[in-house]
Order: sequence, then structure tokens, then C-alpha cells
Amino acid sequence: MAAEMRIVLRNADQINPDKIEDYVQAGGYKALEKARSMARTDLIAEVKKSNLRGRGGAGFNAGMKWSFVPEAPVKYVVCNLDEGEPGTYKDRTIVEKDPQRLLEGMAICGHAINSNQGYIYCRGEYPYVVDLLRRAIDQARSSGVLGDFNIEVRMGGGAYVCGEETALIESIEGHRGEPRFKPPFPGVSGLWDKPTVVNNVETFANLPDIVMRGGAWFASIGTPSYPGTKVLTLTGDVVNRIPIEVPTNTTIREVIFDFGGGIRGGKKFKAVQIGGTSGGFIPESLLDTPIDADSMRNIGATLGTGAVLVMDETRDIIDIVTRISKFFEHESCGKCNPCREGTFRAYEIMKKINKGQAAPADLDKLALLSRVMTKACLCGLGQAAPGPILTTMEHFKAEYQARLQI
Amino acid sequence: MATIQDIINSYKDKPGGIIEAYHAVQREYNYLPEEAVEYAARVFGISAAQAFGVATFYSYLSVAKRGQYIIRMCESAPCHIAGADILIKTFEDELGIKVGETTADGKFTLELTECVGQCQGTPVITINSMPYVDMNPEQVPAVLALCK
Ligand SMILES: Cc1cc2nc3c(=O)[nH]c(=O)nc-3n(C[C@H](O)[C@H](O)[C@H](O)COP(=O)(O)O)c2cc1C
Ligand code: FES
Repeated sequence: MAAEMRIVLRNADQINPDKIEDYVQAGGYKALEKARSMARTDLIAEVKKSNLRGRGGAGFNAGMKWSFVPEAPVKYVVCNLDEGEPGTYKDRTIVEKDPQRLLEGMAICGHAINSNQGYIYCRGEYPYVVDLLRRAIDQARSSGVLGDFNIEVRMGGGAYVCGEETALIESIEGHRGEPRFKPPFPGVSGLWDKPTVVNNVETFANLPDIVMRGGAWFASIGTPSYPGTKVLTLTGDVVNRIPIEVPTNTTIREVIFDFGGGIRGGKKFKAVQIGGTSGGFIPESLLDTPIDADSMRNIGATLGTGAVLVMDETRDIIDIVTRISKFFEHESCGKCNPCREGTFRAYEIMKKINKGQAAPADLDKLALLSRVMTKACLCGLGQAAPGPILTTMEHFKAEYQARLQI
Repeated sequence: MATIQDIINSYKDKPGGIIEAYHAVQREYNYLPEEAVEYAARVFGISAAQAFGVATFYSYLSVAKRGQYIIRMCESAPCHIAGADILIKTFEDELGIKVGETTADGKFTLELTECVGQCQGTPVITINSMPYVDMNPEQVPAVLALCK
């Protein structure tokens, strides 16, 4: 059986997350010390070499992102703890179990890009995480481990789109959380128009180990093109609904049947949606795919946030996709037309199909609309929203056909 | 209870602090009274329209008066398949109000929410932001009884 491998969750349940002493005793803040003894360019080169790719969904090489940041008097390090993708609870788990690890990771990034101000944007639904983080920051500050690096926590307001990095920046600035046009990318002009690195919690949390053990060590774990581990959060009709951390060459089948313990109630597997509510639906025939981002993309799915929503044989795919369409209709920020109108129409057509009132032409319209949105929407919200529709039309076509009015 | 003005003033010097100020007001008052939004507009130097634009963009913030206990029910896909619909119906029946409404005594407000990040225990509700996981309809009266 495949085994867990813990990097970001190494200290989970081993230390008291509310005591910085525990973290330091477990080797914490040694990596920051080491990083600070390195030249910035060497530190960035090491992270680049690790091939650590962003764990927030887009999978961009973290060291590469940092290397684009120009010299400037003021720069920011921003941690994305918005975690709005349904089915996902990994960043909460990482922070609740080991908040100092995140702070250390951010400070390492601060040294790499020469910034002394960090922000953690934590979703409003996690006020208890905000409290924990503020206590952790106080402890880190008074024990002096962060040096001149400051970290402030800002609270989100329950808008999914604010997980998108430029919308998140707008929100920290105190505005409506609408995405900006890119370029310029945040690395060049982000928070208050200053160069800003935005990374996910899990991305930062990997840094202490990469610094301590070297980029080559990290690059050798899991799938070479997307190395390391990934924290996955299991939910739905799976026996063990738990967070796990596994090497990225672990297959979906291992995730569901070994770690997840299989399907609840002795039922059969029907589908799994990975990466959150914008992820693709995956049928039984593709379960031997490794979870790394590239392998997932090759089967038309995503790794995304690593949410794993398992559905048993009794589940109604059309009803679930209809519910998902409502999510996007609700969460579209309305800034760009293809998303604002597209998510509305997609939900409308899905409701019609779900009620058994749709004709074959409606499916064609839905497919066309979905393809247009994928290309024309301003940000990842609208671009990814059709994913569940397109993948279920492909893999569960019969369920759509069976609902049509003939 | 701190006044709205005092709360908002304490965020005056924080760049982009209006949302933090709103959260702080809401922690005390459970919603954003109109005067809070108008006062915030003045303090942060934006128009009242912009201040309302910010307040109404975020679903976690409410410009409508709400009850003492805000019950939010997650209806995202994982909670949906775990029976969120029945749970919602049970709360509505038990409280005699519909989603979006507040009981006549001002005690409870029922709201829907998207995923609150507790999907290991679907279906999930939150009461004043504290999660209650693995809810089943039979537990609803007991959970309501916790709200004194
Ligand atoms: C609609 C939308 C929601 C997103 N939500 C999140 C989120 O909750 N957390 C996150 O880390 N990234 C989220 N992202 C991705 C961010 O835009 C960004 O790519 C990421 O924070 C970069 O960090 P990483 O490279 O470390 O993954 C979202 C993107 C989109 C388009
Ligand atoms: S889906 Fe309901 S808490 Fe995540």
C-alpha cells in the first residue's frame, strides 16, 4: 500500500501549534537562519531547482515567480489563505496544526525577494484561524525569530473570487474584490502597485524543508515535473474523510481506496471530482492517473487545490453539476461579461436539464457556451467554471441523454 | 459596547482597513448598520456609494439587520450530496422562517453559504461562525437549544 509522506504536515499532532517553543524545538526557524545566510540569488536558484510548483491551483514554479520580481524600495509577500474552493480544507489544516511553519516560509520568501512586509489573507469563514495566526505572529515577533520581517493578517469577506491573486490584492487594499487585468502581473505591480509575490499556504509551508534539505532532495520526490508532496482533502462518499499528504506520483485510485478506505456503505464508485468545485469529473477508467498537475491535465482534469470529492453509484451527476453551476452563478463577480452572463446561462440550462425539460439543442448550446467561457473570461473563475460541465458531458454523457425531453 | 465610530476610527490608519473595520463592527453588531457604512466612507475618504459597494460585495458582511445567532448552512456540492437540502428544510420548519429571514424575536437568522472549509464533516452549518459538523436533521432542536 502507498504510504503518506509528510513535509508540510510533519509537525501535525506532534507539537502544540500555540507554542512557538514546540516549533523551534522541532527544528523550526533553522531554515530561515540558513536562508538569511545565503545570497538572495542563490536562495531563489535553490527554490527554482526544487521545482516547487504553486499549490494554490495554477501550479507555477515558485522560484521562477520570485525571480521576476524587480528591485524596488517596497515589496510585499502575500499568503493566499482564502481557501474558497469547495471541498478544500488543506490550508486550514496546515495552519491549524503548524502556524509557525507558514510564518517561516513567508519570511524565507521575504528574504529571497528583499521584502520586509508580509500579509496573510485569510478567509472570513476562518475567524478561529485568524486568531491562532495572530497569536503565532505575536509569539514570533516577541521571540525575535522573524527579525525585521512583519506579518499582518487580513480577513476576507466570503467571496470566492478573492482567492484569485489580483482580486485578493484589491480586497487587501479595501476595495471590492474584482480581478485586475493582467499584465502587469503582481510580481511586477501588485499590492499598492508594488512588486508582490502571492503564494499559497502550502507553497510557503514547503520552503523550510527545501532550504534545509536542498532543492535536489525535493525535486526527487514524486513526479519529476511536479515534485514533492500534495495535501489532499477527502470528502464525499469515501470511508475516511481526512486530509492526507502524499507524494505526487500517488494515483487517484490509491488516494480513494488505500488512504480513503474505499466507498462508504459498501457501495460502488461512480465519479470523483478533484481540485475543488471547478475541477473535472473523473470516471473509474482514469483512476490509475497520478495526481500531479500535469498528469491530471493530460486526462482533462486538474489537481487544483487537491480537494477530492468522491461520489458513489447512487449519486445524480446532473443534480450535482447543477448545484455547482449555481455556485459559479453566485460567485461570479460580474466584472466581465462572458462570466457574468455565462455562469447565469449555464446555471439556467443545467436547471432545465435537471428538471428533465431540456432538448438536445440545449446540450449543444451549453457545450458551446462552455467553450466560449473557457477562452473569453477575464479570470480563472469563469475560465474554469465550465470544467465540471464539459467533463461530465464527456464521461457521463448517458446521464445527460437520459434527462432530455424527447 | 464600543460605539461604531470608535471601532471604525481604530482602523483609520490601516491602509485598506475599511474591510477590517467592517469585520470589527460586525463582530459587535452582527451586521453593518447604515450609519457604519456612511461613517466608514468619511473616515476612509471614499464616497458612500463606494463604501456600500465594498460592504455589499462580500457575502460574509451584511447590511441588513440580523439576529443574535446567525445560522449559515453550507450548500456547496460536498454538503449538498450529504443532505444539506433536508437540513435547510428542518431549520426552516423548526424556526418558522425561510432562508434569509430573522425570527420575530430577533434571535435567529438563517442564511445559506458556500463551503466553509469543514468538508471532512459534511453537512456543515455554522452558528456565529463556529462550525458544527456531521449535522443530521434530528440534531437540529438540540443545536438550537444551545443558543440561549
Ligand atoms: C477564482 C479563483 C480562486 C482562487 N482561489 C485560490 C485560493 O483560495 N487559494 C490559493 O492559494 N489560490 C487560489 N487561486 C489561485 C491564485 O490566483 C494564485 O494563482 C495563487 O494564490 C498563487 O499561489 P501559488 O503559486 O503558490 O499556488 C484562485 C484562482 C482563481 C482564478
Ligand atoms: S462543502 Fe460544506 S463545508 Fe465544505
